[in-house]
Amino acid sequence: MNSRSVDQLYCGVDVGASSTKLVLLNENREVRGRSIRRSGVDYAATARACLEEAADAAGADVNSVLRTVSTGYGRRNVGFSDDARTELSCHGVGCFHHFPRAITIVDIGCQDNKIIRLDDTGRRVDFKMNRKCAAGTGAFLEEIALRLDIELDELERLASSTEDAVRLNSFCTVFASTEILSHLRRGEALAALVRGAFASVVNRVAEMDRLSGEVVLTGGVVAHNPTTAVIFADKIGGEVKVPPHPQFTGALGAALTALQQEEKHA
Amino acid sequence: MSHDKGAIKKIRSTKAMREVMAEYFGELDEAAKTGSKKIAWCTSVGPAELLRSFGFLVYFPENHGALLGATRMAADLIPEATAAGYSPEICSYLTSDIGSYLSKNTPLTRAFGMESVPKADVLVYNTNQCRDVQDWLGFYEREWKVPMLGIETPRSVSDLSVAIVNGLIEQHKALIPPLEEISGRRFDIDRLREVVASSYRCTQLWRKVLRLAEHRPSPITFFDGTIHMGPAVVLRGDERAERYYEVLVAELEERITDGVAAVDDEKLRFYWEGMPVWGKLRDHAEQFAGDQACVVASTYCNSWIFEALACADPFEGMARAYTELFIVRSEDYKQEYMESMVRDYGIDGIIFHDAKTCPNNSNNRYGLPLRIREKIGTPYVVIDGDLNDLRLYSEEQARTQFEALVEQLQEQPA
Repeated sequence: MNSRSVDQLYCGVDVGASSTKLVLLNENREVRGRSIRRSGVDYAATARACLEEAADAAGADVNSVLRTVSTGYGRRNVGFSDDARTELSCHGVGCFHHFPRAITIVDIGCQDNKIIRLDDTGRRVDFKMNRKCAAGTGAFLEEIALRLDIELDELERLASSTEDAVRLNSFCTVFASTEILSHLRRGEALAALVRGAFASVVNRVAEMDRLSGEVVLTGGVVAHNPTTAVIFADKIGGEVKVPPHPQFTGALGAALTALQQEEKHA
Repeated sequence: MSHDKGAIKKIRSTKAMREVMAEYFGELDEAAKTGSKKIAWCTSVGPAELLRSFGFLVYFPENHGALLGATRMAADLIPEATAAGYSPEICSYLTSDIGSYLSKNTPLTRAFGMESVPKADVLVYNTNQCRDVQDWLGFYEREWKVPMLGIETPRSVSDLSVAIVNGLIEQHKALIPPLEEISGRRFDIDRLREVVASSYRCTQLWRKVLRLAEHRPSPITFFDGTIHMGPAVVLRGDERAERYYEVLVAELEERITDGVAAVDDEKLRFYWEGMPVWGKLRDHAEQFAGDQACVVASTYCNSWIFEALACADPFEGMARAYTELFIVRSEDYKQEYMESMVRDYGIDGIIFHDAKTCPNNSNNRYGLPLRIREKIGTPYVVIDGDLNDLRLYSEEQARTQFEALVEQLQEQPA
């Protein structure tokens, strides 16, 4: 049996529409454990399983978690959470940890996108969420993969293999899928279609707000498809920063919030 | 920050309001059944005073639309109208009301014992809000073969010029001959003056109700206001509306004297721009209350304040009053109006409701939120939804946006 750590830990859990991400921090703000699972239908059970997995990775006992903050769509379904914060708040805190200056965060998740503006103290000054439609989200790419009959993992390989991108015009995920089928019938290359789908996501997100200053890209889409960051940089004509483990930024922010709350109470 | 549902404080006067509304609908029902009085249908900011001066009982289909939304019947009834050729993308008051008529299912049955909406002897619209009201009443014109009359008002008005006002005065006067014929009564200018004077007194009392929310903490929320505006909507020009608002004003003043807040421990104050999401009124009220946030002001509730009814000439008063409204005005006017409301009420943030089927009441679409924020720094969120069609409302996204705005206003640097 592994010897268990005696660190006191702070937990952040981001129960997203697609995946649940969990981060454990020690009091020095060092990541001790991380876990990710499909959220499934039982958010509470998934969050608990993530906690046990991350605690194992940290060589710690779940009882050494002093405080937990939950975020994401399922933030209120986490039985062991002490507080719930929106993902807007937690993504901001998580990104500011890596880039402690005025930044514009663009988070592309499975079901929604966010643009969050922080000032040089980390204070959120503005945010936007996408409209309720799933266009420009990870769900769009999932739909495209299904239509093209390829694994999700294949998307990145294909998109990065070409500079050509077929332009997709439709706002609507369902219509864009149909549009792809008509391109296939015309014999367009598969890789150019996938890169076109990436560009479509980027275009939908970039039109949500005027992007200025230093842009940080987070979320599951960029974590699994780094080419989206390249396309995004081209789109805005500047550099785009991606933090380490970009899919965990919300969970990290939640864990940092838990630690901060504990420090305030101390 | 609390995420518990906040308690909604009951307003005692609600009982008196229900009695007034029951009396109003009872009279309409009786007249529809017996033919004892003529019934005019009128769009919400149509020439109700003129109609009352002819002795018509006035019924407002938009009030029925709101009831269909608040009772959450709309989403089941809209498809009936869609199947009859009305797009689900046009006004969901219209589609839910027509769906209600076609399926013979109305919330008036449960609320007031009415079998159906009261059949009209005349239908009267004013397009100051939108073109949909004309198309809405047009359905009943064809259905019942009753006359439809209307006022066509210019929109996106910056300055209310004499030319515009004179044109509208003429349009109002042109209604007199057909209304004399339908009502069987001669036009009586003195009676019109009396009705307009009563309507003005009602509007002043309603204004007082809303202005009491400038007090910190506010004795009333926007969500309360959407319910208590009922008499101002359906009974303006009838003294019973005045009596009701005297009661309500007294209760709210008492709350202020006693230090009773509509939202316990009020910390943040919001402005609601756009239509309510009728089927989510309670949820929204509870969420804001749970976050110690009070929605203290709105465009919607203030749209039943008609200062111009004080004019010496009742026709000029009506022409001006129905055209001075926010919804009829230009973007520049709207921006100035909202900036003054933000100042008057000490607003911390603005909720813009983008109602899918009500473009004229969705004022986020031409850059207004950003212009206000850039000029006076007021943060905002835009929620996607609809007044009645809950199929167009994204619950979780709206909830997260409200909550994130509250967090933003409360958060200290990380």
